[in-house]
Amino acid sequence: MPDSQRPQRPQRPATLAQKLVARAAGRAHVNPGEIVTCRVDLAMFHDSSGPRRLKPMLEELGAPVWDKDKVVLVIDHYVPEADDESRRIVRIARDWARTQALPHVHDGEGICHVVLPGRGHLRPGMFAVGGDSHSPTGGAFGAYMFGIGSTEMLSVVVTGEIWLRVPQTIRMHWAGRLADGVTAKDMMLALIGRFGMSGGRYQAVEFAGDAVRALPMAERMTLCNMSAELGAQTGLVAPDATTVDWLRARGVPDEALAGWERWAGDADAPAEQHGFDAAALAPQVALPHSPANSRAVTDLDATPVDVAYIGACTGAKLEDLRAAARVLAGHRVAAGVQLLVAPASRDDQAQAEREGVMDHLRAAGAQVLPTACGACAGYGGRIPDGARVISSTARNFRGRMGSATAQVWLASPYTVAASALQGRIADPREALP
Amino acid sequence: MTPPPLHRVWRLGADIDTDQLAPGHAMKHGVDVIARHCLEAVRPDFATGVQPGDVLVAGPGFGIGSSREQAAAALVHLGVAAVIAPSYSGLYFRNAFNLGLLLLTCPDAEALAEGDAVALDPIEGCVARPADGRRLDCDPIPPFLLAMVRAGGLLPQLRLRFAALKRRHPTPPLETR
Repeated sequence: MPDSQRPQRPQRPATLAQKLVARAAGRAHVNPGEIVTCRVDLAMFHDSSGPRRLKPMLEELGAPVWDKDKVVLVIDHYVPEADDESRRIVRIARDWARTQALPHVHDGEGICHVVLPGRGHLRPGMFAVGGDSHSPTGGAFGAYMFGIGSTEMLSVVVTGEIWLRVPQTIRMHWAGRLADGVTAKDMMLALIGRFGMSGGRYQAVEFAGDAVRALPMAERMTLCNMSAELGAQTGLVAPDATTVDWLRARGVPDEALAGWERWAGDADAPAEQHGFDAAALAPQVALPHSPANSRAVTDLDATPVDVAYIGACTGAKLEDLRAAARVLAGHRVAAGVQLLVAPASRDDQAQAEREGVMDHLRAAGAQVLPTACGACAGYGGRIPDGARVISSTARNFRGRMGSATAQVWLASPYTVAASALQGRIADPREALP
Repeated sequence: MTPPPLHRVWRLGADIDTDQLAPGHAMKHGVDVIARHCLEAVRPDFATGVQPGDVLVAGPGFGIGSSREQAAAALVHLGVAAVIAPSYSGLYFRNAFNLGLLLLTCPDAEALAEGDAVALDPIEGCVARPADGRRLDCDPIPPFLLAMVRAGGLLPQLRLRFAALKRRHPTPPLETR
């Protein structure tokens, strides 16, 4: 009897995470807790996690790359090369890409998590891994994406497969609408403050509700990006018209997007749910030395800052640059404050130039740094010793930005910009025109 | 039967992050150099004082942060036999087993003190302190992960798998789909 005439067995309700994993595992349904093997649709790595570690291991195994078309290399951590060691690492990446004839290489175009979707590599329904902890960023597009180490990446690159414990879903439901000057970054700092850096328990966090639906893609990327700081394996937003329009505009063909509507969780699928009111959220600041040390900016004592840093995949996308420019336009940063801006990608910077956003930032006193990971992880450049830094990045661990004596406060680009104007941590809602 | 070997405890706090285990400033170097800076911000005496076979005992959230597996490789390089903590970053957990580092998830790890001598039984899932006979239960570890640690990590397992493939196919198999 043909398939279409078989009696339909009722589908068991499943969350978006379960559906994505089931598809990759070649199964009709998967249950939280079981260990499955998934086929990988896309593997992304960068100059630090990628060729410098993969190449010697691949040579040792004598094994070929399983599918070069499914591999994306982004050179972003050690560019521009600051010293001989950085030059060596970047040269290994470039040479390996050439000898392997990799079809998808993005060199100096910006940070991997922003370049990957920006260059049309991601789409709803994919199962993807990245050689970087902020790889859950891809979940903003309805792809199951998570970070792995280099040895596990080697395994993916030679087998095309990876094991996974099927996650539970923790749904963060944000009702209402964010106030002007309050962002996805503030939502994440509030969640990390409440649940802690292990609160995600390496499960799948799904962001839902009217406030999330209202967010542009860049803001959804910030939500999923910082799922890493929540300790989740991945962060997810179910795709909608915003997702599809954004991807189409970046050259993803219609046939690759067909059927995206099925990538949504069933309402009756078991999930842990937490509810929040977006309208009640104030801008958040995480005090040194943990993203979990967050509180409302209004609850902070007077906190002077020396450096205001707008950078990273988390906090220097086009929308982040626009936010900072809205606050800074027509003003100068306070005397003694150094404002550093490292746009997340060349495309974001180019668009910000066209819109006059970069002019506003420069006129306010910003020093514009290369579109790379920069000082975020202290790989390419570092912040001065002893500095008090307010930063739009994701992590403020002691020593993270390259100085063991610096103190880093995390906040949204709005709050970083407002603080640069005041010379102390400031509420951006008072600085908006 | 010879008694199981005893391991000396280094006691650490909660939320030991990857940037403490493998500091960013050292990341451009090899694991040997990174290992010299391992935990320098919290235990400056660790990298020089650790002996092969020692174990780390930490609070919850061990290994939070980056995907850099050097944060596990540095401990392997220094000869650390295992980490014992109530919880780990999921990403660090994968990396550790991939590199052959045993992690024991032990809800009562707090009961162990600096300088204690402990015996490990990863198969039974327990840590024992012979000095007072205390036994602490640990979460069971999936057999395939225990096998990975016993093999020295994922790379040695892949080496065996591809060596076997090559014996069957003298030319490298083309596995592109």
